[in-house]
Amino acid sequence: MRLIVKNGYVYDPLNSVDGERMDICVKDGKIVEKVDERKAKIIDAFGMVVMPGGVDIHCHIAGSEVNAGRLLRPEDHFKDIEAKTAITRSGVGHSIPSTFTTGYRYARMGYTTVMNPSMPPLEARHTHEELNDTPMVDKATYPLLGDWWFVLEYLRDGQFKECAAHVAWMIDATKGYAIKIVNPGGLEAWGFGRNVRDINDPVPHFNLTPKEIVRGLCRVNHLLHMPHTIHVHTNNLGKPGNYATALETMKCVENLNNGDKPVIHITHCQFSAFKGSDWRTMESGAEEIARYVNRRKHVTLDMGQVVFTDTTTMTADGPFQYILYQLTGNKWVNHDVETETSSGIVPFRYRRKSYVHATQWSIGLELALLIEDPWKIYLTTDHPNGAPFTTYPRIISWLMSRRARKRTMEKISRRAQRRSLLPSINREYSLYEVAVATRAGTAKALGLKQKGHLGVGADADIAIYNLNPDQVDLAKKPKAVRRAFQTSAYTIKGGEIVAINGDIVKSVEGNTIWVDVKLSSNPRTVVSDLKRRFREYWTVEYENYPVPEDYLTASSPVSVKAEV
Amino acid sequence: MKNNVITRLKNACAISETKFLNYSNHRRQVPLVRKNGELMEASLDEAVRRSAEILAKASYPILYGWSCTSCEAIRVGLALAEEAGGVIDNTSTVCHGPSVLSIQDVGMASCTLGQLRHRADLIIYWGSNPWSAHPRHIDRYTAFSDGRFQKSAWRRYLPRLNAALTKKRLDRASSLVLRKEVSAPTETAKSPSYALARKERKMIVVDVRRTHSADVADYFLQVEPNRDYELLQALRMIIRDEELDVDEVAGVPVEVLEDIADVMIGCELGVLFFGVGLTMSEGKLRNIDAALSLVRDLNKRTKFLIMPMRGHFNVTGANTVFTWQTGFPYAVDFSHGYPRYNPGETSVVDILCRGESDASLIIASDPVSHFPRQAVQNLVSSPLIVIDPQITPTSLLADVVIPSAFVGIEAEGTAYRMDHVPLPLKKVVEPPEGYLTDTEILQKIFQQVRRLKGEV
Amino acid sequence: MPKLKVSLLTGRTIGQGQGKEYGKLSDDYWKSVAICEMDPDDIKRLKIKEGQNVKITTDFGSVVVKAFESARAPHPGSAFIPYGPWANLLVNSKTHGTGMPSFKGISAEIEPAPKEKVLSLLNLLKEHYKRE
Repeated sequence: MRLIVKNGYVYDPLNSVDGERMDICVKDGKIVEKVDERKAKIIDAFGMVVMPGGVDIHCHIAGSEVNAGRLLRPEDHFKDIEAKTAITRSGVGHSIPSTFTTGYRYARMGYTTVMNPSMPPLEARHTHEELNDTPMVDKATYPLLGDWWFVLEYLRDGQFKECAAHVAWMIDATKGYAIKIVNPGGLEAWGFGRNVRDINDPVPHFNLTPKEIVRGLCRVNHLLHMPHTIHVHTNNLGKPGNYATALETMKCVENLNNGDKPVIHITHCQFSAFKGSDWRTMESGAEEIARYVNRRKHVTLDMGQVVFTDTTTMTADGPFQYILYQLTGNKWVNHDVETETSSGIVPFRYRRKSYVHATQWSIGLELALLIEDPWKIYLTTDHPNGAPFTTYPRIISWLMSRRARKRTMEKISRRAQRRSLLPSINREYSLYEVAVATRAGTAKALGLKQKGHLGVGADADIAIYNLNPDQVDLAKKPKAVRRAFQTSAYTIKGGEIVAINGDIVKSVEGNTIWVDVKLSSNPRTVVSDLKRRFREYWTVEYENYPVPEDYLTASSPVSVKAEV
Repeated sequence: MKNNVITRLKNACAISETKFLNYSNHRRQVPLVRKNGELMEASLDEAVRRSAEILAKASYPILYGWSCTSCEAIRVGLALAEEAGGVIDNTSTVCHGPSVLSIQDVGMASCTLGQLRHRADLIIYWGSNPWSAHPRHIDRYTAFSDGRFQKSAWRRYLPRLNAALTKKRLDRASSLVLRKEVSAPTETAKSPSYALARKERKMIVVDVRRTHSADVADYFLQVEPNRDYELLQALRMIIRDEELDVDEVAGVPVEVLEDIADVMIGCELGVLFFGVGLTMSEGKLRNIDAALSLVRDLNKRTKFLIMPMRGHFNVTGANTVFTWQTGFPYAVDFSHGYPRYNPGETSVVDILCRGESDASLIIASDPVSHFPRQAVQNLVSSPLIVIDPQITPTSLLADVVIPSAFVGIEAEGTAYRMDHVPLPLKKVVEPPEGYLTDTEILQKIFQQVRRLKGEV
Repeated sequence: MPKLKVSLLTGRTIGQGQGKEYGKLSDDYWKSVAICEMDPDDIKRLKIKEGQNVKITTDFGSVVVKAFESARAPHPGSAFIPYGPWANLLVNSKTHGTGMPSFKGISAEIEPAPKEKVLSLLNLLKEHYKRE
């Protein structure tokens, strides 16, 4: 299949292309230098913006926690339905869409790669089954390892190499992509209903601190040469004053730096950027965090932006989710996973007139606007925790337009308005920076070499948006920006046109990407160690635990060679 | 195994041993199609064609069962139901459906079974009899299992077992001597002993009659039939430090309830398992609501979790697959072209009782044995397709019967344990010649229905 | 003839669970499911012996099964029938908007039925679900 996207305004930050008018040529699913025009399908992108397909670094779309949320909230689905067509399956949406609908909605926004960030390893099969049923996008998932008993024991004993070998086994067993850490130590404490207070508070029964877990896994990550850094949801999430914990977490791995490359990714940072000592005195800690990040090279972040709407919170942070239940009185699901992790789900509505919610809204944007280098902070809502992913276009319009921010600010809590830093911030994102925040930056942070750019050899994942930067002052027309990013003119996945103006014209499967770690030592030592102890730790048999490669509908491994 | 036949099992519970050794009894050998009132042998192609015709022509078919087959088959089933514009429902609808409804109102504080093996020191079975229905539950996951933080309570059980057997022998002897039955007086509820305050594992059973599980427990509480709701709410009030205006609830004195509440609050980690004793008696989902809320409230004082005891080896899987593909766990109606969910309206027993469906496909289930008579009468009065490894009362009354391979014995697939842990089921023997898996049969029917509906 | 009012429970037993794995058409299944477990005092009140046939009637239907002494006594006023086609002739199909029929706690009347036979599975199907 040959394709030429002709004459569009191309934004390809990884190749330093900033709005140049050029042609993009596609052959057999890849970007190529040139194709024979007579044999190719031509898409006229004149007057339109052309970007690589979106890459979402953190969105909860598959697995036991997400599905428990779907089951919990039939009311979330009733008003938002998608009927079956000859090409598409039916489904439901709002904050926790069914799997087919998830794929179609991403495709309509021009996104082509999504990362599911929370997979309990014991239930990895479930996550992959759902990812198999999520069409239109390439996907990957991160196993939760920060409270895994093997990790806790090896790190406590300072055995980094053994820990790394076991983590490698786990990445393969779960077909995972990156090491995910959530409230390190806190999830194990939650096994008996407790939590940890800060990064120096020892984990009950295990005698090591959250700081040691983060540092230990950071070292393991290096030893394994994983394409992404450790992906961290900090301790004390959602607690006033927690910006200090976020800073300490970032600081604690400063000396494990890897040249100029990042060594830690703090996810949905907005939820970890609160100053103050309680809900009354809570305020934004974005400035302090931005100041730190601006001077460092070892950290990347994603926003975790809040939008004023009804949504559902779901994280592996069991104790935090319980606190949310206590705050709201909403229904609450908890699911602890033996030996490994926990999770919790609570419906939540963010209100404009709530001082706290409005401040949260402001914090997310402050972080994105105060951190100068767009390669350090990416656009997410921690879907669905901050808002459904279908709100990304609205967030793009806030980033690009002071006017849009001002309009929203006028309707929020007065006290939050007075305290927000936004009125004093003039910065407006350019299309180049938006491309970084939603595709180039995320692909780079993830180490996905064929994604997030339109250079020769890249996967032909392309989004064409109906937006003309020459004719429209984008900062003054936030609605046009929002509409353009809501519904792409064309979405191309793997060289095939899959969506045109919001209609799915072709359904495609998408690959599941995972990391195939090749140990330099003999993997059999790890395997026999695990086999011996398996029954003591888990209630399933060793043979039944790993997910075999043929379980994935379309497997796409990334090979790395480890140092252990 | 010998010659592709299973001869012996190790480590299996009573139910699974019978299943693995006897699955080949009562197998249908060939597909059947009813012609002129009689079920006649037919080719697979003919049976598939007839099934596809029935579903394509129907305006409101129901596709029911799904709890004894693999997730892979269920995925095809959902595509088929959507294509046929019918209602797809699984056995939760007559089992733990009310639990799902309550979870949707209240939520659920739960975990995987290993979490309990490692940490639980208080185990409560309410309206559930694991000794009979889930025979390995207690020794694998709860009172008689060993975990990282808790040890098995088996040693304390042995003297109790001896005492119970001795008592039975004495009763028997005295009734022979006195030539009349000596039956125990109805037990008025007594408070749990102080032994239950220890941090070791302990088990409590709550039920309307003294089941086998009750014999094994450290403490048994007998509740009047249909009074679980009052009992649960009373415990909730006590946990929340509220005053009870009455002297007894559901036949249990309030002082006893207060002592039980103390045991619950005083544990390190407690778990409440509940069975169909709660979902099926009067109150139905309101009983579950009370149980879920009780456990949720207990989390203010200590760590407490709750879990439904599911029957049918993959009913949890059916709920799970239905939910991720449609947003809803059972009773999903596709007749408008998108998923609709309204148990009581879109659930199959109601649809059958109202006589609204005009065709059915039953897979891996036997509704003729398990549905109330009125529903069954309507089920058999319109075209009925059955896909099952064995001959069942439902297949005897069908219009098309397609034999399939047994999942977990002759066919592999994924299933979900009662605590949502996904497990791969293995193929242990080859299926008989010509037998396809549920997944393959459904795929064939699906392709033909698509063709008939003009979508290919 | 003496009649007894009871609250009827239907449910699982190991016998029913094993019996169904032998196959629903087997003798084992029939023997484990076409029965009713009663309190020994209640059996005396009906003036019958264990193993004799009784007829159970509810608002929704009636069926003849063999009565046995329950090993779980005492529970006067309650009787138990394992899940299966015999039990389902007696249950309330109304779901009260929940989708779930009432399988437990049904008011029933039990009387001795010495002259009536327990239907075999095939006869039960023919009599109640005969197809036109």
